Amino acid sequence: MKTFPASLLRPATMAEVQEAVLYAAPGVGPTTRVRPVAGRSKTALHHPGDGVIVDLAALTGITEYQPDECTFTALAGTPVAEIERRLAEHGQSLPFEPPLAGRGATIGGTVACGLNGPGRYHHGGVRDFLIGAKFVDGEGRLVRGGGKVVKNAAGFYLHHLLLGSLGRLGVFVELTFKVFPAPRERRTVRVACRSLADALAALDRVRRSTTDPDAVELTADGQVMVRIAGAAEALEARTASLAAVLGHDPSTVTDGPVVVPAADAEAWWTASRDVAWATAPIAKIAVTPSRILALDAALAAVGAERRYGAGGDAAWVGWPRPWAELDTLLTEHGLSGVALVGPAIADPMLGVRPDEAFLARVRQTVDPRGTFRG
Amino acid sequence: MGLTDLLPAIARVVPVARVVTASAGLAAFESDGLTTFRARPRAVVLPETAAEVVAIVRLCAANGIPFVARGSGTSLSGGAVPHVDGIVIALNRLTRVIEIDPIDRVAVVEPGVINLDVSAAALPYGLYYAPDPSSQAICTIGGNVAFNSGGAHCFRHGMTLNHVLGLKAVLADGTMVALGGRSLDAVGPDLVGGFVGSEGRFGIAYEITLRLLPRPAGYRTVLAAYRSLAAAGDAVSSIVRSGLLPGAMEIMDHLAIQAAEAAVHAGYPLDAAAVLLVELEGEAADIDAQFVDLEALIRASGAYHVHIAQSAAERLAMWKGRKSAFSAVGRLSPDFIVQDGVVPRSRLGEALVGIEALGRKHGIRVANVFHAGDGNLHPLILFDGREAGAHDRAEACAAEILRLCIALGGSITGEHGVGLEKRDFLAEQYGEVDIACMKRLQRAMDPGDIANPGKVFAS
Repeated sequence: MKTFPASLLRPATMAEVQEAVLYAAPGVGPTTRVRPVAGRSKTALHHPGDGVIVDLAALTGITEYQPDECTFTALAGTPVAEIERRLAEHGQSLPFEPPLAGRGATIGGTVACGLNGPGRYHHGGVRDFLIGAKFVDGEGRLVRGGGKVVKNAAGFYLHHLLLGSLGRLGVFVELTFKVFPAPRERRTVRVACRSLADALAALDRVRRSTTDPDAVELTADGQVMVRIAGAAEALEARTASLAAVLGHDPSTVTDGPVVVPAADAEAWWTASRDVAWATAPIAKIAVTPSRILALDAALAAVGAERRYGAGGDAAWVGWPRPWAELDTLLTEHGLSGVALVGPAIADPMLGVRPDEAFLARVRQTVDPRGTFRG
Repeated sequence: MGLTDLLPAIARVVPVARVVTASAGLAAFESDGLTTFRARPRAVVLPETAAEVVAIVRLCAANGIPFVARGSGTSLSGGAVPHVDGIVIALNRLTRVIEIDPIDRVAVVEPGVINLDVSAAALPYGLYYAPDPSSQAICTIGGNVAFNSGGAHCFRHGMTLNHVLGLKAVLADGTMVALGGRSLDAVGPDLVGGFVGSEGRFGIAYEITLRLLPRPAGYRTVLAAYRSLAAAGDAVSSIVRSGLLPGAMEIMDHLAIQAAEAAVHAGYPLDAAAVLLVELEGEAADIDAQFVDLEALIRASGAYHVHIAQSAAERLAMWKGRKSAFSAVGRLSPDFIVQDGVVPRSRLGEALVGIEALGRKHGIRVANVFHAGDGNLHPLILFDGREAGAHDRAEACAAEILRLCIALGGSITGEHGVGLEKRDFLAEQYGEVDIACMKRLQRAMDPGDIANPGKVFAS
């Protein structure tokens, strides 16, 4: 591979990824930076100023899957959709519903970006289901963190440090996950409120109730979508208790609670995962329910599209303005976000950045010469 | 400045009454839950505020004095054993629950807060803190974070790491860092996840943000008794395969049952070769429906006795028996070693057969208590330390059990950590490159190698 200089390399094995990184590492090879890509579903992450693009699309496949074990191992370039199909054959799933799967997201990209879909609310996120990983660090070393069993307190969790690092600390090559049984049946209940504030009040009632939903999302115009999952025989009774918690006080509720027809519900949640409702470039913001109202007002003022996922802990935004303006807005609100889809940006982190003192020590460990640095 | 000169400096940070140097006072800190390892520290310092913790760490950093942070000292891996040339920073007085936020469903606590006290503080809001190590009535959140503690309900809810959203820490060189935040759906590198489980080798977390969950509407707790351990193990496999998602699945073998029953009178059948505890949690309608399937699976698995907890009190008794198992085994044997290996769930049967064979080979009784849903085994290796060579045989047996777990594709520890006890085995589980990366990380966080030195790997 080293024989032909290129700005795009397509390694098909872990050893070739190591070679590619060394080819490009500052002080070793001819260029200054490596940027991993695979499914290209998150276009904002690949800046033209990046050095060598290492495309992991050929590093693909599920290498181990034992349904009885409820774990699987896949190479980083494996599409999420392929994994989900395989798991579904055995009645299992990744409960956090990796987002952008319909746009071609890979499992490696999902981990590298630390992204979660609607199921994050109840079951946990990508950080909770990833149990081990191999990555190539800035010196071309193949490093393993964690393992292949669901519980493991041995050694430091190196893989966690790279989870969500946007490929700026190293490149994941292999991931091992635990999975859960797929829910037997699902049902979605919708309530439309007069305002986002009313919707947030309904959200709060649901979050503090014992109704145990597996996903809750809000639209900026005050719709609350609540999905419950479990034994079919129980859904009728659970729907009733959920409807009671949501309430139908006409001073706050304009419509519902109603059960959404199954096909419509499925389509709604799929669109939610793929952020298909957004027409502008897409960013995700880490938030909590108590801070949504202020954030929403600021986003609305500049014409951004908004939805709130993970039970009010994530804001998904269609951002019509330059990324720099969202960076400023989030900094003012003391929030952190990431640019995902749309115009490429050199540093996709927006708003409040991770702790630099700690991060610098991690960089010193896995990427001392800045091979992956943004 | 050596330690002798450091003590007056520390006494300027905390009142001298909170600096223990008399040997009688130090004796209590010599070991943790694993009493095999002992070391007397030069002093024990009892800070009461985060600012005092930071100041003490900075004094240690400036003077190259080793320190060991300690909560309740319940570590089962020697993780809190002092350093003979260093100090212990005891965090038991940092017990403030700084905030319970019922809207964002988080608790912000100091490291000395007892695990169960988080749930107690969240109770008025219908919330609780899910991770439940057996020692939860005494162990502290700071220790839980350092060792990524587990518990019986990991099968559904995960480990401590999965419930820590943010933390503030002072690194070993005195640098203060703030990692993560309050959102479940954080962006950026999972630095919190990299700090959790670092066994005190990076520094001391002085403020921790925890995820709270709504208390389940109800539970169904089932005890099933079996004539063989293998049958109980098979029942767990069939439950996992069935698509049910219980909160917990625990197995105790005959010896462990005897011990727990004698200690707690939980109502375990004394003639059983194994008991399986399975707990469903959730809304009544849902757990009722799931219970129909669960009961059918258990009946089909050859259980000769099935009992369902009839009241909250009975449920608690069943759990108390399980959670007291380690200490109860003390009734069977003057000394014992608790192991904490993990194997792939589908190889649980193989592991149990292997452990039994190892016990026979070494002429040692081994009781078994395990988090069956997670493949996390707790073999209790029983011996009498007064008997010549008994301790060595027990250690040899323990070492072979760890190697068995590695050979089966598992881990040397599921929730107790490496500590001092298992550090020689870490290099058998991970490759050289992996260990080298861990060591570089530790040195990056602690250039002076003063924070809990010697734990995880030898310095």
